[in-house]
Amino acid sequence: MLEYARWKYVLIAVVLLLALLFALPNVFGEDPALQVARKDHNSMTADGAKEVEVFLKERKIPFGDSYMDGGRFMLRFANVAEQLAARDAVNDKFAQDLITALSFAPRTPAFLRALGLRPMPLGLDLRGGLYLLYQVDVNSAVNQALEGYAQDARRALAAANIPLKDVSTSGGNTVRIVLPPEADVTAARSALTQALAGLSVSTESLTSGSAITGVMTAAQIRERQDYAIQQNIVTLRNRVNELGVSEPIVQRQGIDRINVQLPGVQNSADVKNTLGRVATLEFRLEDMQNNVGEAVQTGRAPLGSKLYTKTRFGRPILLKREVIATGDQLTNATSGQSQEGPAVNIKLDARAGENMLKTTQANLNKRMAVVLIEKRRELIDVDGKKVAREVTDEEVINDATIKGVFSNQFQITGLGAGEARDLALLLRSGSLATAIYVVEERAVGPSLGRENIQKGVTALIVGMAGVFVFMALYYQAFGLVADLVLLANVVLLTALLSMMRASLSLPGIAGIILTVGMAVDANVLIYERIREEVRKGVSPQAAIRAGFDKALSAITDSNITTLIAGVVLWVLGTGPIKGFAVVLILGILTSMFTSLMGSRALLTLIYGGRRKLGRLSIG
Amino acid sequence: MEFFSHQTSFPFMATRKVWYGLSIILIIVSLVSFFTRGLNLAIDFTGGVNAEVSFTHAVDVDAVRSQLTAAGFHEPQVQSFGSSRDIVVRLPPDAKLAAGEVRTRLESALKQVDAGVQVVQLDVVGPQVGSELKQSAIYALVFTLLGIFMYIAWRFHTWRLSLGAILAVLHDPILVIGFFSITQTPFDLAVVAAILAVIGYSLNDTVVVFDRIRERFETNRRSAPATVLDESINQTLSRTIMTKVVTSIVVVALLFLGGPVLKGFSEALLIGIIAGTYSSIYISSAIALDCGLTAEHVFPSVKKAALDHLP
Repeated sequence: MLEYARWKYVLIAVVLLLALLFALPNVFGEDPALQVARKDHNSMTADGAKEVEVFLKERKIPFGDSYMDGGRFMLRFANVAEQLAARDAVNDKFAQDLITALSFAPRTPAFLRALGLRPMPLGLDLRGGLYLLYQVDVNSAVNQALEGYAQDARRALAAANIPLKDVSTSGGNTVRIVLPPEADVTAARSALTQALAGLSVSTESLTSGSAITGVMTAAQIRERQDYAIQQNIVTLRNRVNELGVSEPIVQRQGIDRINVQLPGVQNSADVKNTLGRVATLEFRLEDMQNNVGEAVQTGRAPLGSKLYTKTRFGRPILLKREVIATGDQLTNATSGQSQEGPAVNIKLDARAGENMLKTTQANLNKRMAVVLIEKRRELIDVDGKKVAREVTDEEVINDATIKGVFSNQFQITGLGAGEARDLALLLRSGSLATAIYVVEERAVGPSLGRENIQKGVTALIVGMAGVFVFMALYYQAFGLVADLVLLANVVLLTALLSMMRASLSLPGIAGIILTVGMAVDANVLIYERIREEVRKGVSPQAAIRAGFDKALSAITDSNITTLIAGVVLWVLGTGPIKGFAVVLILGILTSMFTSLMGSRALLTLIYGGRRKLGRLSIG
Repeated sequence: MEFFSHQTSFPFMATRKVWYGLSIILIIVSLVSFFTRGLNLAIDFTGGVNAEVSFTHAVDVDAVRSQLTAAGFHEPQVQSFGSSRDIVVRLPPDAKLAAGEVRTRLESALKQVDAGVQVVQLDVVGPQVGSELKQSAIYALVFTLLGIFMYIAWRFHTWRLSLGAILAVLHDPILVIGFFSITQTPFDLAVVAAILAVIGYSLNDTVVVFDRIRERFETNRRSAPATVLDESINQTLSRTIMTKVVTSIVVVALLFLGGPVLKGFSEALLIGIIAGTYSSIYISSAIALDCGLTAEHVFPSVKKAALDHLP
């Protein structure tokens, strides 16, 4: 008699039923769909959704069913032509409030959707789309922080009436404040306590005067870099959402990279332009005490001021170093019209608003300027070698008299209509903390994606069919058991991948196919053992038991070695290769479960109960 | 059905010099090719541009090439594939070409040839990213081998078996890399993934054979080591071949049906599986034997003295 504990049967049955349930959404396929979301990131209301439906019916654009999906409204279409017609219509009509994205809606029945079950998401190589890897210039983020310290130091010393000779930053981690001989160093240090908080501060005497040096610690630098990356990720996410891409992925990769995956996006030039632009604004007071002409001649701006030669109004200008507000402190920016032409309506956060209020109160009838700062990358010749460097373009776009007191809401003018729109979008999505550059780009056309799926699935079906036929021929009834177990393995693997929402790539499909081939190994080890035992003259049921027991160590061993390779791949690989590693690792685990527990349960069920068993059908 | 109608008894150990010779020749050929011809590294590792372009009508490859050169691209490689309307453009890494601008410039140059041109697939890898991917591929190989070595050292209590397993494990990726070097098949990230899978997978057979060797030594302590090794390999032979045949079925399906993206990947797997089967049958045990493997090495607890007391 062969026996197998009842709880193991129950366990296997429960696992397989769950696996079937989770794997089920993958068999229904997808329809072209339109995803409609609100521009203000709030959830779509039922009324809003209804309005879109009614509008499409008026326009006689047929659509299938529609449903809400996590705050977004999804509409299904029979073909791509209708999908595109609907998108154009909705974009025309609801341009103010709604944003649309072309998408695919799984044909999963509603009851499965209600349970939160979804098919495996497809990777870009299977769906078509754009992959961008951005390099983030983290060093300039650190330099920005240093500039911030320098500015705070200047302000603190001015507030304490301590004379100042020079403030400079250097070495990517140091801010140096030089004081004239008449300055009281002790007083200066205590005045600077707050401004240089967190830096390791030291004082030294110079031949004339003294210097206070603040150095950022390694931890602070890292923190600043992390912050820059995080902020860039948030900004990129906002910009991607403005573009209207369904299921985009924006994630950090390594120390200073961000990868962006945009399914369905084809025109990369526009996208890159919008995603990678670094534009921010600075509001500064004009320095009206000093002579601009003198500064231009000597090339040196007076202390506390900065010379700008590039301006919209054609003459150089001197602006105070203190920044009243920057683009980071914006809460909203929209484009609009004013008496003086196109304008950007600006709304600042509370702190910047307060600062603006104080400044405008104190400087009524003086002039304030708006500086547009854009960063770009330029290649320059250094000793015959091309070296990339970051270039900052600063342009004064507007300089106007402060005619009234205002705080957090105002308009800026001096731009063209298109420019005002672009600037508003960029300011709204938040500015990038620091410049980013594309270092890798991969684009797959949608037809190629479909072709890849087709090829992968064909190879999977043919490969599996070949294995099934071969196993059945070679091991007869035992081979059929192995086939069933293999099928269960594929279902289990699909279920796990769907649960994890790991996106499936072409190498991932290859991993599934390979798992089918490798999972057979455990069954072969067991069956060959059983055959050996039978040859030795052991009774059939004892042979089965011995087969499983003796093959166990070999099965474990052989799986561990593949697991090692899989884990290394998973740790070091990126993108599709990581996808392959995930499938490889999960495939090993599921195949251990199905071939050790599943086939034993099945064989016990078939052969276990029979008192008289002539021979095993093992070929 | 069975491959062998009865238990085989091939004299693997007696003929091992022949198999050593074959392996050494193959390894030398692989290494010589690797160090002289090198690998045809794909843009994953070199950086550069790879674009698949589809024209609305048949185009002249030379015309496309001269158009690209005129547009300022250096050394463009242009090949047609499938039909004369579909071409592949490869560009070497160029520091002057910002990764973000490639598509725009490429499209505008190709539109001179055919206004309806479509870029079906585009891969742009910056030289920095390329060298990083190369680095991580090398790390992956090294760490996998290290992990496997540590596993082997822990798993087999005698260095004689460990050495046999390690040499067999090294044997297989060298032959795969040799194949890619000799045929100059493009070597990309997926091929590296395949090689890692091969390293893990080829050790399977060796472990299974070694397991059997241990078991045989336990029951037949007095047999000559060469006999025990031969018996062990022969007893596991049908399993080894069966498993490899089945895996080859799926890999061949991938090779012929999986499309160009998976071609290198499947080729690496197929070569690796063949090499792995060969090395675990002919090489790993033979090395252990030449290192003087006996039952005592496998069972160090069995003292010779204790055996002497037996009648």
